[in-house]
Amino acid sequence: MRFEYKVEGGDFTQAGYAASQVKKNLKQLGVDSSVIKRVVVALYEAEVNIVAHAYRGVIYADIESSGIKLKLVDEGPGIPDVTRAMTKGFSTASPAVREMGFGAGMGLPNISENADSLLIETEVGKGTTLNIEIRF
Amino acid sequence: MKLRDICSLTEGIVVSGESRLDDSVDFAFASDLMSDVLTIKKDHFLLITGLANIQSIRTAEMSDAPYLLLCRNKEVTDEMLELAREDNILIIKSKFSMFRCAGILFNAGLKPVY
Repeated sequence: MRFEYKVEGGDFTQAGYAASQVKKNLKQLGVDSSVIKRVVVALYEAEVNIVAHAYRGVIYADIESSGIKLKLVDEGPGIPDVTRAMTKGFSTASPAVREMGFGAGMGLPNISENADSLLIETEVGKGTTLNIEIRF
Repeated sequence: MKLRDICSLTEGIVVSGESRLDDSVDFAFASDLMSDVLTIKKDHFLLITGLANIQSIRTAEMSDAPYLLLCRNKEVTDEMLELAREDNILIIKSKFSMFRCAGILFNAGLKPVY
């Protein structure tokens, strides 16, 4: 099963929509609730990152019998220093993002903690792609 | 602890999910930082927060935390209500501060996540 969701940068009212839809689908498929939580937390944080930092993006969710593959492709500023971005507490988020309860430098580390595999491809000035895999 | 008792102790009013007032919950976590809430591995806990926006509801949904105690009489917007109803999330609004709500509920036996 493949699902695709468009995400607009700056649109906080819609942030979390993709994670919510994926959660409903995984529940219907009878996936273990602790695994669903890992999936939706990782996806939600990544979705918020697109809204917070990029101009726009697309989320692809591939659900297979063995697990889920999430690919989040954004057009945005990219990440100049991935190692630094992965450090807990480091953040470049705007005050508007912080007002939403995010932007404390916890997103990428939390995605990594919940994922079985996380691959970040980024190019400054062009955008970032996150590949997240979680096994059922 | 029954959600009905939590509502009464914090002198709260229910703005969504009234049918869940007889549910019970053992744990609570208080934060305005949603990223911090999202690090909690446990589910079925009460989220105590002063953050009144759509993301506090989304975070409760993703965290499997179906009960939200909103402190300092913060305004609940229509879009928050719509999402809370969709996800069957109980929202209690209290005029007390987050510190006071947490103190009252801790004293009454609600356990901390950490």
